[in-house]
Amino acid sequence: MISKVGRHSIRLVSELGELAGFSGKASVALPGQRHIMEKLTRSIFEIGVRCVPITLIVGLFTGLVLGLQLYYVLTKFSSESLLGQAVALSIILEIGPVFTAIMIVGQAGSALSAEIGIQRNAEQIDALHTMQINPIGFLVSPRLWAAIIAFPILTTFFDLIGIYGGYLTGVELLGVDPGAYWNRIYEAVSVQNIVNGLLKALVFGIVTTMICAFQGYYTHLKSDIPGARGVSQTTTRAVVYSSIAILMFDYLITSFQMAS
Amino acid sequence: MSEATTLKLRGLKKAFGEQVVLGGIDMDIPLGSHTTVIGKSGTGKSVLLKCISGLMAPDAGSIAAGDEKGAPPCSYMFQQNALFDSMTVEENVALPLREKGKAKATEIKKRVSDLLEQLDLTAARKKYPAEISGGMKKRVALARALITNPEIILFDEPTTGLDPQRKYSVFDMIRSYRKRFGFTVIMVSHDVPEVFEISDKIAWLDAGEIKYWGTPDDLLANPPEDLKPFLNPQLSPA
Repeated sequence: MISKVGRHSIRLVSELGELAGFSGKASVALPGQRHIMEKLTRSIFEIGVRCVPITLIVGLFTGLVLGLQLYYVLTKFSSESLLGQAVALSIILEIGPVFTAIMIVGQAGSALSAEIGIQRNAEQIDALHTMQINPIGFLVSPRLWAAIIAFPILTTFFDLIGIYGGYLTGVELLGVDPGAYWNRIYEAVSVQNIVNGLLKALVFGIVTTMICAFQGYYTHLKSDIPGARGVSQTTTRAVVYSSIAILMFDYLITSFQMAS
Repeated sequence: MSEATTLKLRGLKKAFGEQVVLGGIDMDIPLGSHTTVIGKSGTGKSVLLKCISGLMAPDAGSIAAGDEKGAPPCSYMFQQNALFDSMTVEENVALPLREKGKAKATEIKKRVSDLLEQLDLTAARKKYPAEISGGMKKRVALARALITNPEIILFDEPTTGLDPQRKYSVFDMIRSYRKRFGFTVIMVSHDVPEVFEISDKIAWLDAGEIKYWGTPDDLLANPPEDLKPFLNPQLSPA
């Protein structure tokens, strides 16, 4: 039992080390690439633009539900005028960055992992090596930098539509004063709150992109089964590990932000 | 182009854990020739190619062309072609030039279009790999391998999964383009005796060692005793 735990711990630490090394290579490889803007634009389209509809839909419904739930809680304390503040802070600080990251992982992260995994199996990564093209720079770096740009932007979209969703239920449906709703948000939300939320989005973007790319890139080493089932295994793992990492880092960053 | 006349492999060793795949390979491969490495599956033929191409680092030994360490510029043709399926034929062929080197876009376009014409691929230039036949994919892979003017092209079982007619046409393609472009071919193949017709030299790799090294004619005239079981079932009609 103890030896099993030890073996797993050693494997985990060694995998984290490999992931850190891989991330380091990906973060510095972009300047060595040619046609950087073209690659970056394509990656921002894949990670950012394609995820806009899902982000807006989830953001709107999250805001609607949050407005509804918080209204009934606040009514118990006769504080329904605080609805705007409660919705905005919940979304900007926690729900926005976390839900957006999970949505992007579900859509773009899984696609990234599967695409690189298939490229590994089809010997395309080896082909890049033989052409003297750095595969990490060619396949991963543009995605990493695109995620750094796209995650905070999509989180901002989520925050805005979520707050509007809270307005729809709180003000339009349940009759909270619109002036109170917007005024409370204006008074309660500081620039620091927005920065804290976007900082989380940035960290989630880096961590999840690297996990998904890493799982795909080493699919031949990380999966128990070769071929398509191996890719499906590493893609599933990429999504699960990314989701866990989002919640872990959310806790860690929140702790630091609260302490400072 | 390198001044050397031979590619020298000396004491090339590679093991994966306990399993020794290459146990000390010594070969002098004449540059400009066609050398085919034959042998059973899992005897390390592809590993040998990967060591020559630099995809895999050998545990010991050296590769040199004349006084220069390492193999001269070489391209690699993979079993499954390794074409990028989200790129068109033209983009696949242009990839090594677009991503490396200093060639301008107009020059790249001209070189690609000239090469596609030479390989009868002009009509397919805007198509994706999924939209062309297996034989055309091979030619696209060859075009991508040729675009950087390599001295050596490594072919890893180029006829895997092809029917006999297509097999011959791939061999014919390799022979005719080698004649036209003058590159060195180092090929791994199971297709005995078909490969004898296009090869200048045959190397038989078995148990991590080169058990035979010579011309196909010598091999057919005087096959070594321990090579007969490998050759005979395939030489005799089914």
